[in-house]
Amino acid sequence: MSAAASEIAAPLRARLIRSLAILLVVLVVATAVGLAVGRQQINFAQLSSDPFARTLFLRLRLPRVLMGLLVGASLAVTGAALQALFRNPLADPFTLGVSGGGAVGASIAIAFGWTARVFGTPLLFLAAFGGAMLAVTMVRAISRTGALIVPGALLLAGVVVNLVSLAMVLTIQYVIDPDSALRILRWMMGSLDVVGLEPIGHMLLVLVPGWLALLAFSRQLHLMAIDEDTAATLGVNVSRCETAVHTLSSLIVGVAVAAGGAIGFVGLIVPHAVRLMFGEDLRIVLPGSLLLGGAFLILADALARTVLPAGELPVGAITGLLGGPAFLWLLRRRQSYAVM
Amino acid sequence: MTAHFFEAEHLAYAYPAGPVAVRDVSLSIARASMTAIIGANGSGKSTLIRMLAGLLRPGSGRVVLDGVGLDKWQPRLRAREIAYLPQSTAAAFPFRVLELVLSGRTPHIPPFHLDAVADRERALQALESTGAAHLADRVITGLSGGERQMVILARALAQEPRLLLLDEPSSSLDLKHRAELMRTLARLREERGLAVVMVTHDLQLTGSVFDHIVALRAGEILAQGRPGEVLETGVLAEVYGEPKVRAQRMGGQTLVWVEA
Repeated sequence: MSAAASEIAAPLRARLIRSLAILLVVLVVATAVGLAVGRQQINFAQLSSDPFARTLFLRLRLPRVLMGLLVGASLAVTGAALQALFRNPLADPFTLGVSGGGAVGASIAIAFGWTARVFGTPLLFLAAFGGAMLAVTMVRAISRTGALIVPGALLLAGVVVNLVSLAMVLTIQYVIDPDSALRILRWMMGSLDVVGLEPIGHMLLVLVPGWLALLAFSRQLHLMAIDEDTAATLGVNVSRCETAVHTLSSLIVGVAVAAGGAIGFVGLIVPHAVRLMFGEDLRIVLPGSLLLGGAFLILADALARTVLPAGELPVGAITGLLGGPAFLWLLRRRQSYAVM
Repeated sequence: MTAHFFEAEHLAYAYPAGPVAVRDVSLSIARASMTAIIGANGSGKSTLIRMLAGLLRPGSGRVVLDGVGLDKWQPRLRAREIAYLPQSTAAAFPFRVLELVLSGRTPHIPPFHLDAVADRERALQALESTGAAHLADRVITGLSGGERQMVILARALAQEPRLLLLDEPSSSLDLKHRAELMRTLARLREERGLAVVMVTHDLQLTGSVFDHIVALRAGEILAQGRPGEVLETGVLAEVYGEPKVRAQRMGGQTLVWVEA
């Protein structure tokens, strides 16, 4: 408590610079660990002398670490934004059904073998975006009675949308040809497996503008996290902010899910870790989650690659095992607020 | 010369699935004035004040600030003129008190700028003026209802508005905190010319502090005027639909009670 109290004593600018500097260092260290760890030991000398090691590094290891960074950062930053928007610390792309919707969209794209690109963006991403957007719209409509979002109904609707999405993905998987079915199965388990840097480039094309646009709403989201009416009377255009954050979250999560599959709870754990370290201000929590989310998933994936003596664990299993207990802990903490 | 800078003209509102909540309400608010809106539960008080705050678009009629319709104002500029205190602020996250009060400075800080040292000073001053300076480092989720209300009031004051709208702020306050709240508002009216509009059930308070009372019944203005005119046995009996309510002026005070 006292550590956080002294946090608030410093002006926001100083806190922002300090927290982002620390998290940037964490990200750099995580990236270095991710690049160093693997079945095949690769060191700097080999990179310049051994063409096999270089190919392994550039085609597999580096893309995989970058993939972890992009997917982790995306899930975490949208988790932080959705928590603020709904004023619900348990909101995240998974508990709100956004990931599920994205998964359905992506499965349809895989099932039909859509490999075309629209303005450089793979159709797979656009399909996942569409599915995610549909899900978030449904969840919001179900949980809204009149002008209020009912907190319990929000998460229930999200979980149900996620379950229905899972059922749809399974159905798609059963009716299509075995080849595509296998691809969907592998992708659903959540893996950051990627070959070459080209897919990373496609993701960056969508994600970087998406992240920046979401970060531009930091101040509005900070006010929304306090209270919706207060935000409105402080000059926030609430409905425009909601629409923008829904759309951007769907886009970012859609791409993350289309690329990485079902990797749960990153959007829940990471923003709360940033909050515990640097306080509640969304202008710190949002960019902080972006950095720490990237670092977290790189490390989780490094663990997934090395924990078994042979083969590897899906990274989604690691984040799930860590995230489930974190969710329950937050639920308990939230109930103790409600009493006061 | 009348200094009515804020006016409601023939406001009406009906909720989509409900009856008409407010019909044909007109009000004029002057600088350095204190207006109370009273009425039974469901008489449209909150709906009315939400329209005044710009949170609810009137079904018909309009709200005018400095001769310009509220919907024509840029939200950020409007926020420098009008502050609103909701009935309660649910605290979903453990924000620090100073952090919350600083959020009131937002309309004065350009977009994509962080709060400056001067804004922190204004926020601390606002906390001091509500007697909550000692809470600056505390977490909002750990405060009592009364303390929380003083913090939220400080947030509204940090906004430096000309008009402060309050929706039943005293309902969760004990006697001491109610008195403090009213003293603070009265002082701000003297010092800054703040205009106050407050929805309240606290008739005892309205008699001595407010200079204008608006009594609503079923969404319509039943009576409005000076406390002595509105806080009167016949009017109150009609406002609350309670025949045994009694009101009596004693010196500058009004006593309101219900006969057994």
